[in-house]
Amino acid sequence: MDDLLREFLVESAEHLDTVDAELVRFEQDPNNQQILRNIFRLVHTIKGTCGFLGLPRLEALAHAAETLMGRFRDGYPVSGSSVTLILATLDRLKAILADLEATGSEPAGGDSDLIDALEQMSSEEAPAAAAPPSLPVLQALPAIVERELKPGEVSLEDLERAFMEAPGPDDFASEPPAPVAVPKVEMAAAIAAEPAAPAREPEPAAERSAPSASAAAEGGEGGVAKVQTIRVNVDTIEHLMTMVSELVLTRNQLLEIARRHEDSGYKVPLQRLSHVTAELQEGVMKTRMQPIGNAWQKLPRVVRDLSAELGKGIDLVMSGAETELDRQVLDVIKDPLTHMVRNSADHGIESTNERIKAGKPARGSIRLSAYHEGGTITIEIADDGKGLDLAAIRKKAIERNFAPAADIERMTDAQVAKFIFHAGFSTAKAITSVSGRGVGMDVVKTNIETIGGVVDIATELGRGTTFTIKIPLTLAIVSALIVKANEQRYAVPQIAVLELVRVDPKNDNKSTNTIERIHGAPVLRLRERLLPIVTLDGLMRGQATVEEGEVVESGFVVVAQVGRQRFGVLVDEVFHTEEIVVKPMSSKLRHIPLFAGNTILGDGAVVLIVDPNGVAKLVGQSAQSGAATETEAEEIEAGDAKATLLVFKGGAGGFKAVPLSLVTRLEEIDASKIEHLGGRPLIQYRGRLMPLVPADPGITLRSEGNQALVVFSDGDRAMGLVVDEIVDIVEERLDIEISADRSDLIGSAVLRGRATDIINIAHFLPLAYDDWARGPRKTTVKAPSLLLVDDSAFFRDMLTPVLKAAGYGVTIAASADEALAALKGNPGIDLVVSDLDMPGRSGFDLVAAMRGAGGRLAEMPVIALTGTVGADAIEQARRLAISDLVAKFDRSGLLAALSEIGEAGPSGDARAAA
Amino acid sequence: MQAANANTVATDTTDYVTVFVGETMFGLTIDRVHDVFVPAGITPVPLAPKEIVGLLNLRGRVVTALCLRRRLGIPAREAGAAEMAIGLEQAGETFALIVDGVGEVLKLGADTQEPVPINLDARWRDISLGVHRLDGRLLVILDVDALLAFGDARDAQVA
Repeated sequence: MDDLLREFLVESAEHLDTVDAELVRFEQDPNNQQILRNIFRLVHTIKGTCGFLGLPRLEALAHAAETLMGRFRDGYPVSGSSVTLILATLDRLKAILADLEATGSEPAGGDSDLIDALEQMSSEEAPAAAAPPSLPVLQALPAIVERELKPGEVSLEDLERAFMEAPGPDDFASEPPAPVAVPKVEMAAAIAAEPAAPAREPEPAAERSAPSASAAAEGGEGGVAKVQTIRVNVDTIEHLMTMVSELVLTRNQLLEIARRHEDSGYKVPLQRLSHVTAELQEGVMKTRMQPIGNAWQKLPRVVRDLSAELGKGIDLVMSGAETELDRQVLDVIKDPLTHMVRNSADHGIESTNERIKAGKPARGSIRLSAYHEGGTITIEIADDGKGLDLAAIRKKAIERNFAPAADIERMTDAQVAKFIFHAGFSTAKAITSVSGRGVGMDVVKTNIETIGGVVDIATELGRGTTFTIKIPLTLAIVSALIVKANEQRYAVPQIAVLELVRVDPKNDNKSTNTIERIHGAPVLRLRERLLPIVTLDGLMRGQATVEEGEVVESGFVVVAQVGRQRFGVLVDEVFHTEEIVVKPMSSKLRHIPLFAGNTILGDGAVVLIVDPNGVAKLVGQSAQSGAATETEAEEIEAGDAKATLLVFKGGAGGFKAVPLSLVTRLEEIDASKIEHLGGRPLIQYRGRLMPLVPADPGITLRSEGNQALVVFSDGDRAMGLVVDEIVDIVEERLDIEISADRSDLIGSAVLRGRATDIINIAHFLPLAYDDWARGPRKTTVKAPSLLLVDDSAFFRDMLTPVLKAAGYGVTIAASADEALAALKGNPGIDLVVSDLDMPGRSGFDLVAAMRGAGGRLAEMPVIALTGTVGADAIEQARRLAISDLVAKFDRSGLLAALSEIGEAGPSGDARAAA
Repeated sequence: MQAANANTVATDTTDYVTVFVGETMFGLTIDRVHDVFVPAGITPVPLAPKEIVGLLNLRGRVVTALCLRRRLGIPAREAGAAEMAIGLEQAGETFALIVDGVGEVLKLGADTQEPVPINLDARWRDISLGVHRLDGRLLVILDVDALLAFGDARDAQVA
């Protein structure tokens, strides 16, 4: 009985949750008979089971609710108050069930209040004629259940008695006197027949209940699915998983043995065992996954109740409910999600009056969505309410002394918004029963962080707030690439892997990829771009740089991308991809940034999972120097705009540098192939003639041996910059001292402790092609004119030739104020390319000012340049209608963005012309 | 922590699993020992604290293996020498303590117990609860929690 009761409790709780959700749906869509039938069937099941288990209080309550729902089914109008009443009844049912779970028996007390109310509602104002006939039918239902039960009990007793007496004939039969035996056998037969009669009795009862059961079944399309699921204890699944892993391990050992004995007769059955094991493993893995919708089930009810309680109309829109999550993660985020939705409903959505006053739809909406994204699961909770009052939060944060006032004043909006996760924070003017007690959001954050997740807030006053929860790989099942480096295997999450490139030692066959070195730093040419390479083995030894003389000639390069950073990780071997369950790292090892967790592979080996984010960080750091100190690491995190520069030697042994992103290729050519045409050096390069320009007047072209070239190209034009020797690629924050006296140099900077001249490509391009810098595409009707805003002279000088070469008229401005003045003074400007990170007024401020200025400026396309592309920035850019966000130095990205705008632009011009 | 540990020792008799590292015999209270097994297939973890040997698969669970020798700061055993592992649990995580060998289980009373000699190496003193005088040799009782408390300071620093 205990097991039965426990099962009943679990099942009922689930049913009640479903009813909750369904009722809310039903209230909005009262004509949907399908939903109603579902609800009715579920409540009926609960009631029936209660009767069976002898739980009169639950049964009576469920019965009363069922009666009222039965009337809805018969066309009785559904009102908000009746749904509220039924929901209240369901809550009471839940409370009783909770007691039942705790104590094992129904709590004392009556439910006459609810039952009376329910009965009154189902009997009063019965306008529909259909109602009366329905009542007897409904009342008949519990009667059937009762009758079904009673004969069952009776028959059991009878059968037992029959059974007890059944040996009788045998005993008699064993006794020899035959004449006496005859009547005795008859008697035994009679005795046997007697219980048979009552035993038959339940049959009609069963028959009678069958139609009702089938009626219930036909009432819900979910009926079939229900039958096909069973409840399994989580521990059982975990244990099963462990056992399957063990099985795989054992199988592999067997396979190993079979491999050594060539003629083994085990081979075929072993092969089968192998297949079966693999399938078993897959099956068990699947049992761990659950759709996130399971965690959402309660939310429609929560929102509905809040909506009634707070007197606001709120719609809950859910999407991506089928997104699968690891069971454990699901458990952890269930409560935080509920809390956040409550919070949005309570604090986020304004009252109906306020909404109407603000010109918004009267009903607020909360959008809940989930999807897989870049190795994480993203859950968004977005409301279209009033948004966070950042000024109030700032004030409160200062009041409560969460941080020094000066710091808070300087914080960005996103940082300020995060104060709502601070313990003891609540800006709600009135504390409602729903939320606003200042507990919760900090718990939400803690809960999410325990599973390694992050919460982000995007908010706009008057428009709404969006919470984005990102739950990382940990605990989830991911697809990973298994690779080998230095005899150890690692798993690399597939999501970060763009492609695999096989690299071989240098040979004459040009078709293979070869790792080249620039002053020891390995790089790979990959489709006209240079990809920095790190070795996995090196990373594991704590060095992101590759030691001089280390062999990195052959193997596979795993091309990975994290954010905007792209790099190659050289590994010795690549095996296969495998679905792995990410297990969290031990607390003793969690501080190692390189690993996202560990997993047990099919063959039983423990393998570390490489965290692409951690690697990306190390790759970024390596540019600094071998011994990166913590302060340097912080500098990186601070997101200072850094430039990757190619350093070369040219002219009198001095060091020169050029931004790597402007470089198309590095070449070493045979000096004897250099030709001269019209006194200018040229070389046949990829089927075309490419002019060669010395990077410094002091450089003389070699006449023999190899000549190093830095190739710049634009469209189908290319120029070779002649240099003495390519030295290094460095990533450093640029602090350029501008020199005005030489047009071939922008200035000088200290790179790796050496004074280095930064060359001005703008100077060299016209030397190669006379028309390069002067708007070469004169064929274009009218060059669009753009305004380039950047506080750094270096960037301005670097981009101007590029933009000019692409056919744009360029006006420059060094600050937001200058830019606004230029925009107002020059009506010929068609679009703006602006840096976002500028001292004083930022790029965002500039764009906001433009949008606010109205007229031409409000509509003008803007491309933003930024050192770091964060989610915040993207969100803000979107809101300000910034056409595109391009990483600084991503020259091709900028040009692509420009041409996209251009495609839209000319048609407008054409219309204007016509 | 001291008080809690004193409790376990103060009871009449306590069962200890004995393990060997070099010449020294150590004791671990039996209720903390979940497993005794031969470690195999250890995956080294690059950049890990030096005490950690790596990760291993113990019946489907990933277990962090730490070397008692390294924890005590004594030289590593010769390559190929026998190793045994003791499965310990702390805060829901399983650890494997790699030792040279595992001996019998001893039932010891408080009467043979002595406090940790003050002249013992600090590293040893920190993870010992006491010493039992046995016939012909000494048994150093290990404090499992203290044993597993390495690296925490570093974690805190990182966090």
